Amino acid sequence: MENLYIGLGYIGATLGAGLVLIGAGTGISKIAASACEGTARQPEAAQNIRTTMIIAAALIEGLAFFALIVCLLGVLNK
Amino acid sequence: MELTEIFKHHILDHTYTAINIAGFTLPITKHLIMMWIAGLLLIFAIPILIKNSYFRSAIEAVVIFVRDEIVVSNMGEKHAKYTGYFCSLFFFILVCNLIGIVPFGATATGNISVTGALALSTFLFINFAGIKEHGLVGHVKSIAPQGIPWWLYPILFPIELLSYVTKTFALCIRLFANMIAGHFVLLSLIGMIFIFAKVSIVADLVVTVPFQIVMSVFIYLLEIFVAFLQAYIFTVLTAIFTGAVLNPH
Repeated sequence: MENLYIGLGYIGATLGAGLVLIGAGTGISKIAASACEGTARQPEAAQNIRTTMIIAAALIEGLAFFALIVCLLGVLNK
Repeated sequence: MELTEIFKHHILDHTYTAINIAGFTLPITKHLIMMWIAGLLLIFAIPILIKNSYFRSAIEAVVIFVRDEIVVSNMGEKHAKYTGYFCSLFFFILVCNLIGIVPFGATATGNISVTGALALSTFLFINFAGIKEHGLVGHVKSIAPQGIPWWLYPILFPIELLSYVTKTFALCIRLFANMIAGHFVLLSLIGMIFIFAKVSIVADLVVTVPFQIVMSVFIYLLEIFVAFLQAYIFTVLTAIFTGAVLNPH
């Protein structure tokens, strides 16, 4: 029965990590796509757009790391 | 060796000794010593290194960047006097992150207590700046947005208060997880060499070792980039939150 719990923990954690990656990757790629498009339309605003992109990407990545730590807790049970 | 044992040895803290002050037992750990080294480096090494004019221009460029792009552009021209706090925050987090990459060093910001303390100091700073600007009553009133019907206040006030705490907590977790993730990936990559050694040593030395070493070098470079980026992001987000408190419209 202990092995069942540990095995289920592994399944949950690895599936969770994959889903976190899908979510974070989708979000950040949308930001990067609009940043590229905005810079192409108006190259003078490149510096401002780049700063905004970095900040928004860091916010999304912060939440992705929340979920990643929860997945890590699923692996580390005995 | 167990995964949790290796994890405990390489990533978590070790206590070297403990000092007893007035009935409290305060442990002296590796992360604490690394924080002291970072602090002493910033306090004593920088004034000596500034005598060289190239180094002084480099430090000046960074401080002017912090003042113009981070503090003034988010909080307005008249709050430029807060540059001291933001510079301290930026340089402290940067040095703490970079010390973890040196061999035999540990990342002090990879301990959730340290990032929790930094986030708490940010929370206190935001409230201090708000109270100094608007006064105590004005700061409490500016938490909820203006111009909404009176019966929405009891619902909106706890939510806005909770958003303060959540934003600060997210700052803490973001810095901690970014720093720990780099070391954890490095641990797994190099640990794979030892795991494959049990299967067959020859295939291990020929195939796994070069590949893992190349990947580890790549992850080290990524860690250096993430160290700079996370120090910048922490400072910028603190400035944005303070700016939102100082100019509530």
